[in-house]
Amino acid sequence: MLLKVENIHKRYDETEVLKGVSLEMETGQSKVIMGPSGTGKSTLLRCINYLTPPDEGRVLVEGTEITSRNLNRMREKLAFVFQDFNLFTHLRAVDNVAIGPRKIRGMSRRAAHELAMRELERVGLSERSHAYPAELSGGQQQRVSIARALAMEPKIILFDEPTSALDPELTGEVIAVMKQLASEGMTMLLVSHEVGFARQAADEIIFMDGGHILEQGPPAQLFDAPQHERTRQFLSRIGQGGEAA
Amino acid sequence: MIVEIIISQMPYLLHGLWVALQLLACLLALGLVLGLSLALLEVYGHWTLRWLGILFERIFRGIPAIVLLLLFYYGVTDFVEIGSFMAAVLALGLRSAAYQSQIFRGCILSVPPGQMQAARAMGMSKMKAVRDIVLPQALRLSIGPWTNEFSSEMKATSLAYVIGVVELTRQAKYIISSTQGNILIVFAVVAALYFIFNRLGNWGLYKLEKKLAVPGFEQRGDA
Ligand SMILES: Nc1ncnc2c1ncn2[C@@H]1O[C@H](COP(=O)(O)OP(=O)(O)OP(=O)(O)O)[C@@H](O)[C@H]1O
Ligand SMILES: [Mg+2]
Repeated sequence: MLLKVENIHKRYDETEVLKGVSLEMETGQSKVIMGPSGTGKSTLLRCINYLTPPDEGRVLVEGTEITSRNLNRMREKLAFVFQDFNLFTHLRAVDNVAIGPRKIRGMSRRAAHELAMRELERVGLSERSHAYPAELSGGQQQRVSIARALAMEPKIILFDEPTSALDPELTGEVIAVMKQLASEGMTMLLVSHEVGFARQAADEIIFMDGGHILEQGPPAQLFDAPQHERTRQFLSRIGQGGEAA
Repeated sequence: MIVEIIISQMPYLLHGLWVALQLLACLLALGLVLGLSLALLEVYGHWTLRWLGILFERIFRGIPAIVLLLLFYYGVTDFVEIGSFMAAVLALGLRSAAYQSQIFRGCILSVPPGQMQAARAMGMSKMKAVRDIVLPQALRLSIGPWTNEFSSEMKATSLAYVIGVVELTRQAKYIISSTQGNILIVFAVVAALYFIFNRLGNWGLYKLEKKLAVPGFEQRGDA
């Protein structure tokens, strides 16, 4: 098992946001987490790479548990793509991608630059390698941030609503890159409400509600024959006719 | 007659200016190193260190520069013989550190938290993230406010004359007493020298700020 998330609990002050969440990912799988706003989807992803340390529960990558002592080494295996990109504003696109290999993986300047150019090519942005983030469109920035994640050669990429901050006409280019990664066998865990992507590229949909995983299963099953009333309600709200099935 | 006096005394004035600039360079350097360290402590340090940083900054920002100069000259030289120049560097430099720590602290805090998060999420240590991601952005932002600090400290060097540092203002006093009078004209020349070097310094700093600006980024703030 590549990723094992066991019984994660997280509370903020009075409210328990995650009430014992477990999931597993095999190499090459893509899973999409869906669910109403405020349900703890982002919190779950942030707990998995310890950006927000869980109060209880464990996260294991390739059988090794993440602890405060091996945190940095383990995070190299778990890339994170943010909703609002968080590209390093003072670095050109190519240097945003190269900085991880150079400063974290200890590659030479030259080797890191070459790797960065290859990863930018992969997301279709080799032409814009010298642009600063502020000179790129949202879709381009998100593609650079995916290249930045890829350059760490992670085992898994976690995506938190990678297209939600984008204008509708820009989501397509980012989704195309993610579909390509899924078809190349990249292991991906996404929070996303892009049903088209989920149906085509995901192995499993995880539906979360109120800090729990309510149900999970292959897209066809979850979209067309959801088991729970809450899932049906949610799907009809995002325009997927749960009731029709 | 007056012109002759000015010309003949010019070497002394220039020497005084040279001393003032040395004092300025030393005190700003001390203030920069210490101020940046204090800012980093205040933002990232353990609360005890943060508390010490804040205490230091309150004390040095709350006492007039001239009193600090007198305190360091008469106070410190009672224990260690440091000379008036060193005393001035310490008094004004520590005070500048307090002001500079506020500049750097503000600029570090204005780097969006997502930058640090993205760096840490990649597996960067906190130290590396501060050094390679946060500081390059914060220091760029700080050049603007830092020009103010440069100007105030350039002018503050003239206060060192009370403890006997032979800088520009004190040279002017010497010239006035040795040539009997000419107060206005000598001080006008001195004022011009301060003014010119102030402008020169700020011009250089603005150029640096422009040169280091990230394309496309700063323009966003103009809107
Ligand atoms: N740092 C925090 N401090 C306090 N409460 C928080 C914090 N972060 C999240 N929460 C709360 O935890 C709950 C879950 O938040 P989370 O961001 O995980 O939801 P989400 O499922 O990602 O929602 P959305 O779809 O809107 O992104 C929310 O009620 C939120 O207000
Ligand atoms: Mg969220």
